[in-house]
Amino acid sequence: MLQTISILLENKPGALLRVTGVLSARGYNIETLTVAKTIDPELSRMTITVAVDDRLRGQVVKQMNKLINVLQATDLTDAPGVIREMVLLRVRCAQESRTAVLKEAEIFHARVVDSSIEGFALEATGLPEKLDEFIDVMGSYGEIEISRSGSVAMSLETKKLRLQPPVPMSLSQHGVPQAV
Amino acid sequence: MSHDAQHAGHAPTSKPAQKVVETGKLMSGSEMLLECLAREGVDVFFGYPGGVTIPFYDALVDHHIRHVLVRHEENACFAAEGYSKATGKVGVCCATSGPGATNLVTGLVDAMMDSIPIVAITGQVHSKLIGSDAFQEADTFGITRPATKHNFMVKTVAELPQIIHEAFYIAASGRPGPVLVDIPKDVFQAKGHYTPVDTIHLPGYKVFTEGHTGQIRRAAQLVLEAERPLVYAGGGIVLGNASAELTEFVDAAEAPTVCTLMGLGGLSADHPNYISMPGMHGSYAANMAMTDCDLLIALGTRFDDRVTGQLQTFARGARVIHVDIDPAEVGKNRNPDIPIVGDVKRVLQKMTKVLHELKPEFGHVKDAARAAWRKQVRGWMDEHPYDRVHSDEVIRPQHLMDEIDRVSGGEAIVCSDVGQHQMWAAQLIRFNQPRLWINSGGLGSMGFGVPSAMGAQMACPDKLVFAICGDGGFQMSIPELATIASQGLPVKIICMNNGYLGMVRQWQTLFYNNRLSAVKLDCFPEAELLANAYGFKGRTIDKPWQLAEALATAIADPGPYLLNVMVSPYENVYPMVPAGASIFEMVLGEKPQPVAVA
Repeated sequence: MLQTISILLENKPGALLRVTGVLSARGYNIETLTVAKTIDPELSRMTITVAVDDRLRGQVVKQMNKLINVLQATDLTDAPGVIREMVLLRVRCAQESRTAVLKEAEIFHARVVDSSIEGFALEATGLPEKLDEFIDVMGSYGEIEISRSGSVAMSLETKKLRLQPPVPMSLSQHGVPQAV
Repeated sequence: MSHDAQHAGHAPTSKPAQKVVETGKLMSGSEMLLECLAREGVDVFFGYPGGVTIPFYDALVDHHIRHVLVRHEENACFAAEGYSKATGKVGVCCATSGPGATNLVTGLVDAMMDSIPIVAITGQVHSKLIGSDAFQEADTFGITRPATKHNFMVKTVAELPQIIHEAFYIAASGRPGPVLVDIPKDVFQAKGHYTPVDTIHLPGYKVFTEGHTGQIRRAAQLVLEAERPLVYAGGGIVLGNASAELTEFVDAAEAPTVCTLMGLGGLSADHPNYISMPGMHGSYAANMAMTDCDLLIALGTRFDDRVTGQLQTFARGARVIHVDIDPAEVGKNRNPDIPIVGDVKRVLQKMTKVLHELKPEFGHVKDAARAAWRKQVRGWMDEHPYDRVHSDEVIRPQHLMDEIDRVSGGEAIVCSDVGQHQMWAAQLIRFNQPRLWINSGGLGSMGFGVPSAMGAQMACPDKLVFAICGDGGFQMSIPELATIASQGLPVKIICMNNGYLGMVRQWQTLFYNNRLSAVKLDCFPEAELLANAYGFKGRTIDKPWQLAEALATAIADPGPYLLNVMVSPYENVYPMVPAGASIFEMVLGEKPQPVAVA
């Protein structure tokens, strides 16, 4: 099963690479990754889904939490949370199946974002598995092209965010480990 | 950056409008960098200049900080490590862009693996040229990302002081490590108003120091309940300056103790509870104690594969207390019964206090079992001590280390390279204090011995400093003989010369049917001529009776000295736990004698 990790990180150059480096250094291939800034523009929220060996799942999250640019990394795989994904899909269909395509789109709560003689461009959101079905169904009407966003996740628990308070220079001098 | 826990990520940071107060002294980026280094207490650093760092080296002319010109950038980092390991301070090294920076990488990874606080300064091409494949341009920030604890690229002179102090703070605090700061040429040159930095603010940098009080109490209880406790002390004891606390704890817990390769000297070798080093080339007693203990108290250590051997059978009957400052190490290789994330110094202070409080409750019920356990450990130590046998015809490597041990008396700084000599030195040379044994443990970088000795001698000019190398590693370090000579560092370089890459040869002998491949070092410079070429003394010896006198002569010499010791070429390091085997399956000598344990 894929592991879903939600990460709050500083919006800084290289921060993304540090996070993905934790996975690539261990030979894991990232399935999906989304990232965008939060309400605080200096922070970003990232969602990664990745197939990590069970015994290493805790380890990769700990390693991410160690990164200076990461404020919090949380494993949402088994935690209460919502996961959604969006797909943009273009389907080329014959004139006679246009109505059927629209009917199917309605079933999946997809919206038409473009319509032409050749077919439609549709937008759908939902659970990733639901989108797999949507894509399969649309594929049966003709040639399709898709662009998926990857999972976006949000925890439904309030997890306390532990942040390091500012340290006065007098304590930060080398050889003096600060007490927190 | 928001650091209010309730608002981060949920509400925009309400920041007071940043007023640019340009009141500080106007100075160049180079001058600011030197000012920051001085404020961090840097008195010496190791480096090699190049095109883009010329502005920095120009400012250095007028500054009191001492710069040591090494002969290869890799050795600048190794020297900074030696300096740091000997003193506990942050070691500083410097290299130019491109090849200078890439040459630092081995040293950075070495410091990363052994958790050594290093700040590396690299020059970068002019900001306007970055990304254009400019002359001597390399993506240092990208290359060193996985090689450092953290790295920075400075964009403007205004942010330079903050970044430098953050770099020192990150390097030295928590689990220490190397931090690299990449500085473009124009930032060195730009003028800015320097105001001293007063706070470091890294909201995402989480350091856990205190340890969980309840867990510490439970741990102390387990210690008192144990019949066969064993303290497994690692490099964290040395890095965390927790040697005194460890000694008090060991005295209070009355537990036999092993110190890992990185932790040697953490507990004095002459302490009655000290056994020796455990692991692949650890002693029989240490490995048997690890196997048979009922409580393993792991302190500032990471259950490295070279220590545990096969994990499934490692200390299989033992409950485990694991104290480490890095949460990612706790539970990584072995799930502890009592995990404690914290600074080992603070945790040990508290745990020893609780031990004394609880002791009266427990009375003397475990006394008989404890006495039997100590007797058992003593028995193992007597049964298979390390091989120190001397020969009358040839110098055995063990004889050489035994002799160095004798002259050191547990007091000298010993910087070792990597290989067989490193293991014999770790086995046979005693260390009565921390920060005397300096070696490349995690990464195992050959060529570490001589430059790290350089750094250690620079830090401790009055100490006796040995660089113990094999003939392989020594030949990787020859360029630094010039640095040693020019700085007049009285390092005693002892080359244990067996004409082979001994450790690889040992594995080929034992596990590849003695099919020796690319391990014969059939050319070695004449030591006396080599040393003389650099203006100091050197000598080659090959007879056991020369050893004591030759070492005495080397030590008595006021300058550097190269002593090339021809040793018997086919010695193997024992005991040896074959890779992947359990640590009780030791090969004890030439005739393989696997030790069976029921």
